[in-house]
Amino acid sequence: MTTLQTVFEKARADRRAALIGYLPAGFPTKEGAVAAATAMVEAGCDVIEIGLPYSDPLMDGPTIQDAVHRALTNGTRIADVMRTVEGVARSGAAVLVMTYWNPIDRYGAERFARELADAGGAGTITPDLTPEEAGPWCEHSAAAGIDTVFLAAPSSTEDRIKAVVDRCTGFVYAASLMGVTGARKSVSSAAEGLVGRIRPHTGLPVCVGLGVGTGVQAAEVAGYADGVIVGSAFIRRILDAPDEASGLAAVRTLAAELATGVRA
Amino acid sequence: MLTAADLAGGGVGGDDPDIRGRFGAFGGRFVPEALIPALDEVAKTYAEAKIDPAFLREFDHLLRTYAGRPTTLTDVPRFAESAGGARILLKREDLTHTGAHKINNVLGQALLTKRLGKKRVIAETGAGQHGVATATACALMGLECVIYMGEVDCERQALNVARMKLLGATVVPVANGSRTLKDAINEAFRDWVTNVDTTHYLFGTVAGPHPFPEMVRDFARIIGVEARRQVVELTGRLPDAVAAAVGGGSNAIGVFHAFIGDPGVALHGYEAGGHGVESGEHALTLTEGSVGVLHGSRTYVLQDDEGQTIESHSISAGLDYPGVGPEHAWLKDSGRATYHGVTDAEAMESFSLLARTEGIIPAIESAHALAGALKLGRELGPEATILVNLSGRGDKDMGTAMKYFNL
Repeated sequence: MTTLQTVFEKARADRRAALIGYLPAGFPTKEGAVAAATAMVEAGCDVIEIGLPYSDPLMDGPTIQDAVHRALTNGTRIADVMRTVEGVARSGAAVLVMTYWNPIDRYGAERFARELADAGGAGTITPDLTPEEAGPWCEHSAAAGIDTVFLAAPSSTEDRIKAVVDRCTGFVYAASLMGVTGARKSVSSAAEGLVGRIRPHTGLPVCVGLGVGTGVQAAEVAGYADGVIVGSAFIRRILDAPDEASGLAAVRTLAAELATGVRA
Repeated sequence: MLTAADLAGGGVGGDDPDIRGRFGAFGGRFVPEALIPALDEVAKTYAEAKIDPAFLREFDHLLRTYAGRPTTLTDVPRFAESAGGARILLKREDLTHTGAHKINNVLGQALLTKRLGKKRVIAETGAGQHGVATATACALMGLECVIYMGEVDCERQALNVARMKLLGATVVPVANGSRTLKDAINEAFRDWVTNVDTTHYLFGTVAGPHPFPEMVRDFARIIGVEARRQVVELTGRLPDAVAAAVGGGSNAIGVFHAFIGDPGVALHGYEAGGHGVESGEHALTLTEGSVGVLHGSRTYVLQDDEGQTIESHSISAGLDYPGVGPEHAWLKDSGRATYHGVTDAEAMESFSLLARTEGIIPAIESAHALAGALKLGRELGPEATILVNLSGRGDKDMGTAMKYFNL
């Protein structure tokens, strides 16, 4: 298993930011997700977030909602998520699962952490698990040897940032804007300020996500953050492609463009 | 005059949530971090408002002069003949302005919106009653109003869509997921996280992240406070049981709460049984669901073995919700309240029975409580008095009734 620590040490040695790509398990198909994520790694992604499809994705915009809906229609279950993690981990990237809290809660937190570690997963990102509620999950994750990433937002006060950062291992996820997931024309100016407010509270890498979708934006974010997170832009490429092969090619092209961006 | 004790319970006894917003093991906050400051701001502003005499005075004034409170209590002996002779008393929330109990919460939160200094209000609606009430309060107070409503609900409650538009609100049909209340809530949360600086999310029920379950309950609490006094005045004693329909649970907690400290008063909640438990098409969240997290709160949820929400079904849009307020989850587990299912067919039978025997057309939501009271009366016997929260009127349901009864 490749750990987040290894990824960020390597990126730092290369004097660049890490590139983190997101794709839901089961999208466009169960096998297609592994193929697409592997292509993303081959073209330059250091970390892959595998989304766990959930029926009520209330912080996701239309692109991810659409992809997740297809994944659920494909019958994607947690066992498929674990198989996807396993498949993508073979590519050598660090693999995280990004999920709303309820599926883990229902599955059993201890069991989920253990199975994810067994599948070669490096950790989780849980956007609706607040620091107040995260205690037991952090303990189970630590026991299984996987990282726990949480989000700070532009609206977060200093106290909230501190509470979030204290729960994080691996890296801290800075949400660049107030809003749902989805590519934007420009990266919110709030992102750099937020990264600056997070730094004094932690030595962990700080990565920026929400609204990043082009090489130029990736280069801009790489100027002040340790990692650049891209999700909806990859999904959009697959949704817009006439068939799976051209979707795969488009994903590869975007990953390469972003990889050049984080090295600029 | 409404007192701080009327609003917030005045220490009815250990039933306020803890600092994390927990009712026992239920409640809390499971939302994106971005929303936490807004929830903190609502909680702080509400905590100040609920003990501020000026706020209480303004809320009281609106309830009396605009909403039409206090609502009356109606004895329904002809209807009660079908309940084994037990005495049934209806708390007439159907007689409030806009025709349902929802106006109480909406007026409270609209006042709070002004106190928050916000100019824009968003809300979700299922049956359309909360949307209409919200649009009404926004028209009254000059606030911009956007209502999210599932496409399916827009169709079955077309009249309420027209009412909201007439009141100046923008109605956004939601085409995601099951295209009903739960998806409207998802979409409203998405709007809120994007526009939180200018916008208050006027949540319509006692679910959602803290402080909504506590605050919405407090604004609905007047129902039980009045009813408790009225029943004692009329009968010389407390009722033996209180019956209410439970979707998200706001009308039920509103009528239950003033009685929680009265151990002799049984509390009964009636969920939508839809086509029956066996059919799998129901909204029996408390009676058939399991503990999970939905819409920001730990509570009972209709979900599969991996935590995916199962779509609910009910003939009544207002009860068609796969979650429920966390305080109900707590009341269920503590045994203080009991929850049951009432099928579409049972509810529709009570709907028509009340119309024919008493000249009152109830909301189909409320008809679930009526059907429950009929069963309860037969169990408790002719000496029993049952208070039923008639949470709304049935005008909005005439389309459904025409189809169901071939009228």
